[in-house]
Formats: sequence, C-alpha cells, structure tokens
Amino acid sequence: MTMSTTDIQKSETQQVTRMSNGRRTYVPPVSIYETGDKLVLTADVPGATADDIDIQVEQRELRIHARIADRMPADAKPLLTEYGVGDFRRSFLLGEDIDADSIDAKVEHGVLTLTLPKTEAMRTRHIPVKAVD
Amino acid sequence: MLTKPVSRWPLGELARELDRLFADFTPEGLLSYGTQPALNLWEEGNMLVAEAEVPGMKLEDLDISVAGNQLTIKGERKEEVKDAVFHRRERTFTSFTRVVTLPTEVDTDKVEATLRNGVLRITMPKSEAVLPRRIEVKGS
Repeated sequence: MTMSTTDIQKSETQQVTRMSNGRRTYVPPVSIYETGDKLVLTADVPGATADDIDIQVEQRELRIHARIADRMPADAKPLLTEYGVGDFRRSFLLGEDIDADSIDAKVEHGVLTLTLPKTEAMRTRHIPVKAVD
Repeated sequence: MLTKPVSRWPLGELARELDRLFADFTPEGLLSYGTQPALNLWEEGNMLVAEAEVPGMKLEDLDISVAGNQLTIKGERKEEVKDAVFHRRERTFTSFTRVVTLPTEVDTDKVEATLRNGVLRITMPKSEAVLPRRIEVKGS
C-alpha cells in the first residue's frame, strides 16, 4: 500500500479563530493544488510582508504564522467594521511524501505561496522503453 | 378558546426580526450594497478612511470612484492557476461591486487609494462644507 500523494495533510491541527493576548487570531483561507512533482499551498494573508511571516516545520507539522499590526489608529471612530484585523495562524500535518527540507515560501500582494516538493521516491518516474529487435 | 395567531410566513417574520436586529448595528446613514469586499470604515480627524482586504489583487484589477457621498469599489480577483489538481480550494475568485454611502460628503478631488500587501486603503478628506466651524463668541 502506498501512501496517498494527493493530500498535503493528514489532519489539520488548528481550525478555529482564537484569542491570543487579547487580540483575535484568524485562520487564513488556503488553497492547495498539485502540479508535476510538487504541491503548492497559497494562503491569503493580507497586510503581511515577508518579515511578518514565520514558517516552521517540526515533527512534520507545518506552522504558518503571520503577524499583523492594527491599522486603524486607536483614537479613530469606527463607522463600519465588517472584518477584524489580527494575526493569521494555520497548521498542517505534512504527509510523508513531502520533502520538508525543500519547502520554499514567498509572499506577494498579501498572498503567501509555499512550494512543497514531493520526495524523490514519490515522484512519478518515467521509464524509458527500449526497443528490442 | 383563544389561540395565538400563527404567522403563515414564519421565515418572513424571522427575516424581519433579523433586519431589525442588524439595523441596530448599522450606523445611521450608512447604506451599503454588495457584500464583497468586506469593508472597514472609520473617521480619523477630518478624514474618512475605508479599508478592504484584497489579497492577490493589483491596482489595475480595481476601479474605485467617489461621487458626492457614495464610494464605489469594483474589482475582479483573477484565478492565476490553471491546469492543476486542487486538493483544497478555500480562496475565492470573483468579480464584485461594492457601493457604500458615506455619512458625509467628501472632497472627491482629494481622495487617494493605496494598495499595499493586499490591503486597499482609501482616504477621503471630508468636504469643507461639512467640517466643523468654530464660531467666535463676542463679548459685549
């Protein structure tokens, strides 16, 4: 039996909004897709720059944390508040088929993109066929 | 025997109840249609500031206009990935139009929009006509 290469995660270790130090922490929406020999994870982390984002892999748990500072001055008068501003956090448990040492991360326009290469063993290998006379 | 009147449209009642409930949370004079993008709006001195989270969008994907006391934000969030097998798809890609009636008139010539790290910020100085004026009190 081979392990599924079709899922980055076996389980999600954190899913709900929670409070931390009196501020709310938000779960960013995430998409995960597979192309060729890698999985790509994209997450919406508006307001975050590369310096604000901390990514850790420990015991195959991938942890994403983006620190977001308040943008509305404390003395401003709110007129409409449809979303809250706070840190983004989300964790995933990586499957054995992901090469955790080769994960690449970049952030652009508030979208974090993680590239997760599959381990050598899990890649699709193309076997050349020799013609035999 | 007295019976309590039963509404034929219990859901209609519920909707009205909800409308009434949410009316309490909507500041007076703020009317809005469209739900995307979610907006935060605040007053900062003599300015109104509107902010929306639009991750992945570029300025050219957005069309912002202000007329009188009406702010309109149009945009299209484009899906950049094609030909991939998705395992999870929580990020959404849509076109939207959002119109918000501001509580005061703003100086449309001085409205500025900046987009930084997926956060759109629109600063709108209040129009001179609505700024508070100080009336000197003369002594006799």
